[in-house]
Amino acid sequence: MSVFHRFWDSDFAWDFRHSPVAVVSFLVALLLVLSALFAPLIATINPFEPGNLNLMNGFTAPGTQNAFTGESFILGTDDQGRDVYSTILYGMRISLFVGFAAVALGMLIGVTLGLVAGYFGGWTDAIIMRIADVQLTFPSILVAMLIFGVAKGFTPVEYRDQLAIWVLILSIGLSDWVQFARVVRGATLVEKQKEYVQAARLIGRGAMPILVRHILPNVLSPVLVIATISLALAIIAEATLSFLGVGAPSTQPSLGTLIRIGQNYLFSGEWWILFFPSATLLALALSVNLLGDWLRDALNPKLK
Amino acid sequence: MGLLDITDLTVEFPTRRRLFVAVDGVSLDVQPGEIHGLVGESGAGKSTVGAAVMGLLDPPGRIASGNITFKNQQVSGLDDEAMRALRGRKISMIFQDPLTSLNPLLTIREQLTETIRVNLDVSAEDADKRARDLLDRVGIPDPDTRLDQYPHQFSGGMRQRVVIALALCSEPDVIIADEPTTALDVAIQAQILDLIRDLVDERRVGVILITHDMGVIADTTDRVTVMYRGKVVETGPTAKILSTPEHAYTQSLIAAVPRPHKKVHRFPRINYGGDDPDFAIEDLSRNWPQYDNVSGDPLLQVRDLTKRFVEKRSILPWGRRYFTAVDQVSFDIMPGEVLGLVGESGSGKSTVARMIAGLYKVDGGTVEFDGDLVSDLSNREVQRAYRQEIQMIFQDPFSSLNPRMRVDQIVAEPIRHHRLLPTVDIPVRVAELLDQVGLGAEARQKYPHEFSGGQRQRIAIARALATQPRFLICDEPTSALDVSIQAQILNILKDLQEHLGLTILFISHALPVVRQMCDRVAVMQRGKIVELEDSETLFTSPSHDYTKELLSLTPRTENMYERPGSEPK
Repeated sequence: MSVFHRFWDSDFAWDFRHSPVAVVSFLVALLLVLSALFAPLIATINPFEPGNLNLMNGFTAPGTQNAFTGESFILGTDDQGRDVYSTILYGMRISLFVGFAAVALGMLIGVTLGLVAGYFGGWTDAIIMRIADVQLTFPSILVAMLIFGVAKGFTPVEYRDQLAIWVLILSIGLSDWVQFARVVRGATLVEKQKEYVQAARLIGRGAMPILVRHILPNVLSPVLVIATISLALAIIAEATLSFLGVGAPSTQPSLGTLIRIGQNYLFSGEWWILFFPSATLLALALSVNLLGDWLRDALNPKLK
Repeated sequence: MGLLDITDLTVEFPTRRRLFVAVDGVSLDVQPGEIHGLVGESGAGKSTVGAAVMGLLDPPGRIASGNITFKNQQVSGLDDEAMRALRGRKISMIFQDPLTSLNPLLTIREQLTETIRVNLDVSAEDADKRARDLLDRVGIPDPDTRLDQYPHQFSGGMRQRVVIALALCSEPDVIIADEPTTALDVAIQAQILDLIRDLVDERRVGVILITHDMGVIADTTDRVTVMYRGKVVETGPTAKILSTPEHAYTQSLIAAVPRPHKKVHRFPRINYGGDDPDFAIEDLSRNWPQYDNVSGDPLLQVRDLTKRFVEKRSILPWGRRYFTAVDQVSFDIMPGEVLGLVGESGSGKSTVARMIAGLYKVDGGTVEFDGDLVSDLSNREVQRAYRQEIQMIFQDPFSSLNPRMRVDQIVAEPIRHHRLLPTVDIPVRVAELLDQVGLGAEARQKYPHEFSGGQRQRIAIARALATQPRFLICDEPTSALDVSIQAQILNILKDLQEHLGLTILFISHALPVVRQMCDRVAVMQRGKIVELEDSETLFTSPSHDYTKELLSLTPRTENMYERPGSEPK
């Protein structure tokens, strides 16, 4: 039996096929991720090449013909005459990139510290977990803004726009390691009591191989669940920061930047500039979140 | 017509791949004042019978056919409402783990009076008085004080007495006891069984006693029903079944019970239903290094070994409180010897093993192996050599194998770590080892969860043998296993000792097993060794009171069936 067949036949895959919510949210998320990935192929133009733009096209409503140029745009255009459909595709690339990278960073830090805290205990554990507790007392968006502000202070002005994305990743990643650390620490405390860990110590294996080869693989399933749900939260956090004007710059806009730009025109009747990026963000965050919810139930045998 | 009649009961669990029939056409009945034992190995469906009677089957389980009647009144197929009136009121249940069957947030008084008032129409004062009487009846001293305590303030045995009192609150006619003493020590087990026997005689209730332990059956029950893979294989009066079992499965089940009274060369194997693969000891011994096991020096010397655990933490040294788990324990193990370490749970026997294995730091005393001081964990040279010489076999084969590693990785790990072989030769060696413990070549690519308990313990043995150690610590190696598999594993250990000259420290709470396995036996009580004797002497003429007490508690097996010719060689 091939690897694919084994997977298809597993309880996990069976569970997936029989959960309509999981299948639909997976398809939606997959569609969004793929369209972000292939944005240059499916977008009508690259809206961030100034040469592609025609200011005369500004404020064209979805599906209507522009009075001056006669062009029409499926989701309309913004004030600069950019096609909203294309800006969304390009904006989603930034949003997803920041989301994935921030979760990867948070996961790396959180899992490492959680393993170390849980396995060694004592002072190491106390220090790491107290830092986590302190960080938890602030809303994570505040922490992210703080880190963002500090990091921005250190970057030279001329590189600020280029580095903004990386600073964004750093600030969201650092604000979200705590939950990984907590869950991994708890799971490590359980695993290290098990006899297979003692058997490995008995062979003479050191702390590092035991943590990496024995404990890590056994604490990964809750990490996977948190990572999925964190991805949705990180995308929202990035949108929030960008909306507040401290995130992605307007030369490299994310969905949050697009929403910020769009909200200026809401009350003058150009609703589509705000509505379509917001709807995309909602679809993306919701589908990833529902997928995470399903994953949590599927990986927890107690709920079956 | 009995008090409770189960006729032709079939319980099935429809799963994704197939229909699993857990109980297949089982019939049994209970009379007032009778204890009916239901015995079988794990997976035999005995607990499912109890759950079906109580209407507590976990979904998707369902009663497919058959009848359960209580005093000629239909029980099976009742709706939830009618079931509640019966369950707990007329039929009570006692579970295995007394800790989880009591609510930790309520006092014993609150739990008892609430149950009494829900079930019987009595005033608050009457309920209170009944609660007190019940505690008194189940043998809890000073019931007035104890009533206002919480479950965590009771010891395991006392807690199980409270659970029994709770089951008696509604004055039931039938009690289903599912492994009521499995989590308890031998001494407490005997007391609880006596209590159940007394209550049955006194109140004329009928009890279904579900157990895997033939000793419990022999001591307590009037009739017994033996189950195998969901079916009843034999039923009848206990004395008759135990002395002259007719079915081959019952015969091998009874023959496999370790006897405390005489030593056998090998345990009789249960060869019913297949799964007893061969253990290739000759293959193993061919390449095994030969050690000189006759010279007079002990292989392991333990002197004044002490371990204290922190009971109360404090930053100030004088604010800390310690609990001495192991208190100045000393003994020697000669090369090629099997030393038994016996005691109840909490006596410190596992702690001794873990200190010898270097898993715990010692708080006092020394361990010397072959002349090297191995209790000093900071000496890396000595530790590295020592790690190759000792191995351990753990109690629970479901916890001692990493569920995320393939079997070949598990067995290869010690070889890789000590760099005993070039990388290319490792797969060959792993295949050999698995073959020698009786697992086929296809076992290599599988993960631990695909194996049964006995097979997993064989994998653990293969891993332990991978470095060709001289010294093996076995910490309750069979107490998580069924009797039939227990016999297989113990025979393997005996082979290892005889053919490879392994020195073994064998830890167990089961005296009959220790008798069969060990040359000398140390009895531990509250962290101290109270008696250390030649196994023959200890079992025939024990000198310490505690040893005598332990010996008096082993189940009576004199009249039990023994397989003719079960004594090879």
